[in-house]
Amino acid sequence: MIKHADAIIVGGGIHGCSTALHLCLAGLKPVLIEKDYAGRHASGVNAGGVRQLMRDVAEIPLSIRSMGIWETIVDLVDDDCGFESHGQVLVAENDAELDACRARVADLNAHGFTHEELIDGAELRRLVPAVAESCPGGVVSRRDGAAQPARTTTAFRRKAEQLGATIREGIAATNIRREHGVWHVDVGAETFASRVLVNAAGAWAGRLATQLGEPVPVETIAPMLMITSPVAHFIDPVVILRGRKLSFKQFPNGTVLIGGGHLAAPDQDRNETVLDWRKLAESARTVSELFEVMRSATITRAWAGIEARMRDDIPVFGPSALHEGLFHQFGFSAHGFQLGPGAGAVMAELIVHGGTQTRIGGLSIERFRKTTPSATA
Amino acid sequence: MSAAPKQDQYDVVVIGAGPAGLAATAMTAEAGLSTLLLDENAGPGGQVWRAINSTPVKTEALLGVDYWSGAEIARAARDSGAEIIHRATVWSLDRDLEIGVSVGGGSAFVRAKRVIIATGAQERPFPIPGWTLPGVMTAGAAQTMLKSSGLVPDCPTVLAGQGPLLWLLAAQILRLGGRIDRVLDTTPRANYIAALPHAFGFLTSPYFSKGLAMMREVRAKVRVTSGVTELAAEGDGTLSAISYATASGKRERLPAELLLLHQGVVPNVNLAMAAGIEHRWNERQLCWTPVLDAFGNSSVAGIAIAGDGAGIGGAQAAVVRGRRAAGDAIKALRPQAKIVDLSAELARAERGRAFLDVLFQPARQFRIPQGDTIVCRCEEITAKDVLDSVAIGATGPNQLKAYRRTGMGPCQGRLCGLTVTELMAEARGKSPQEIGYYRLRAPVKPIMLSELASLPKSEESIKAVVRG
Repeated sequence: MIKHADAIIVGGGIHGCSTALHLCLAGLKPVLIEKDYAGRHASGVNAGGVRQLMRDVAEIPLSIRSMGIWETIVDLVDDDCGFESHGQVLVAENDAELDACRARVADLNAHGFTHEELIDGAELRRLVPAVAESCPGGVVSRRDGAAQPARTTTAFRRKAEQLGATIREGIAATNIRREHGVWHVDVGAETFASRVLVNAAGAWAGRLATQLGEPVPVETIAPMLMITSPVAHFIDPVVILRGRKLSFKQFPNGTVLIGGGHLAAPDQDRNETVLDWRKLAESARTVSELFEVMRSATITRAWAGIEARMRDDIPVFGPSALHEGLFHQFGFSAHGFQLGPGAGAVMAELIVHGGTQTRIGGLSIERFRKTTPSATA
Repeated sequence: MSAAPKQDQYDVVVIGAGPAGLAATAMTAEAGLSTLLLDENAGPGGQVWRAINSTPVKTEALLGVDYWSGAEIARAARDSGAEIIHRATVWSLDRDLEIGVSVGGGSAFVRAKRVIIATGAQERPFPIPGWTLPGVMTAGAAQTMLKSSGLVPDCPTVLAGQGPLLWLLAAQILRLGGRIDRVLDTTPRANYIAALPHAFGFLTSPYFSKGLAMMREVRAKVRVTSGVTELAAEGDGTLSAISYATASGKRERLPAELLLLHQGVVPNVNLAMAAGIEHRWNERQLCWTPVLDAFGNSSVAGIAIAGDGAGIGGAQAAVVRGRRAAGDAIKALRPQAKIVDLSAELARAERGRAFLDVLFQPARQFRIPQGDTIVCRCEEITAKDVLDSVAIGATGPNQLKAYRRTGMGPCQGRLCGLTVTELMAEARGKSPQEIGYYRLRAPVKPIMLSELASLPKSEESIKAVVRG
């Protein structure tokens, strides 16, 4: 018995769930297939940064679109997702880094983007009083903030299901094939069919793309995070560093999340990661140097989520270059959480209307076709 | 004094200096394997032989013969040539057999060819109404004070629950002149019948006569109420009374300042689970136990588990399991070595366990709380909160974290994990195995940020500096 759906979405991360929800809002009945459960990997265990700051120009329009949704997220998913907007601050630790910040902001302004603002030492200390005196300034994106990732992904999943999406968790999508112009996907004993297939399979999306004849340069990564016991409130914005791998955020309950992109060793087939404590120790050193108040905090937990990183560090987003009805939404390269709400909205527009007002051209899978030897020959 | 490990690589690292860990250490070190024993406590013994070298309670009869049998095994470990570090907290173990250990305010990493986890048991959560009130504590905590400092209760005290350790503690408190006003026995009456088929093994086991004598000793001095089916701690800010009901319909309210709760022990799974070792739900012991082969080898190559962490078996079984795991490590690293087969000895030590498991299976209402009873102490989440989350889509303990932050506090699930699994399983009509458990992560014990920061730099970053 084949069940027909308006779209089949493979992957129950923030992206798959957001696309499912936005398709429902457009009146469609999608099916979402998740081999584990929604938010099991990167979408549920990332740092929760809702950041426009320091993004590649190619994804800024999508990021700005998403920011608008974040600010009214409760209207969309009936849950505030723990979203708080205290800004995100990039800290320059020396004058050379501050010069690079200045150039960056000028470049964005030239592109017409004004969300990043250069700040001097005084403004930096006003925003982040605890930061080391030696830091000369940085960049702030004032509308940015942070949310709770698992809660957010779960809220999108729940709302999509309420609006009529069919959710299948705990069973992998297999035998994905196109017959007479219609995509067929087996899910255990069930088979779903649809003219639309969305590849939002995160770390598993590269395999699926390859299987469908569109290999892309993607690797599996597992950025590590750790969280401390509560310490007295000392910081509001999310802080990231210009020169070293560190991101830093204090929650309302006082706990402090420390991340920044040091990687664990992922074991994708086991759903496991092996943490690299020497790298986490580097993060701990950086934190101690910049924030004296943190030295006596204790680390209560560390983890890593599995996700996909593209060679050029920006996602693959948009229609397939090969198959009609196939759409890609993956490879967010450790910064996809903020993009989730907007990417789902734009993906729904692509599927329903065949186009979107949001500029996403630079994210197309086409960019990898052009550089392959066979394409240039 | 506690000093950092002398080497960064050992043949065998044993974690935990209780019966299993001490026995394993003595054997691998005597076989010539470089052996490191890491233990959290100030001295050897684990829980069951806590403070075996230092207890102020010197009169043998007070703590019992079984307690003092630990001294000999502790001595054997000490004289074996193994490196033994106390006050050492193992906070990480991964499938590459790398161990993160915190000693004396600093952390170090050691690698092992074989790891024997002997981290023992912890008390099963006993989530009754009021169990978080000051004045309510676990029997295990009371026993720790008794063994290490000779402290016993002298205020109105009630012991409630079931299982051999409850009776042992009662006997020890009484022998040391402590006060117990009442013992409330929660063993379900149906368990006596269910356990009958296993009674033969028990009657011929070492537990039988000892257990019976201990219960007689306690009953001679304290009133015991059995068949307790409801239990609540009451008080405004601190414990003032305990109310209970029995299967025969009797209800009573006892004034009390101290309530000691105990309903058995379960494997301490945090380190093993964080290392990625597969566990399964044990239907008879109603807890997670690791999947092990006959020698205690786990699903992660090179890591064995011995002692109660492998499934509750008691101290005597722990010693044999420790030796079996040690024997297998010796065989793996010294293939020509002769290893004695211990399977008959283990069977003897484990005899009677099935009877105890079934007899002391805690009743459903003491494992699966209702309403406003706290489940997660760290975040103050009630049973109703958990069920509300299930109703809006939380499917298992890991999803529940996103709704309620359960398991994410300082106890890392030790006090709520089993309750959450069983509560969600029942609410969703699934088995605990299907529902699963929290994914546990290092550090399994909190470590100071400054301590982590002081770790030796990675080779990569040292190279980067040299090149720069």
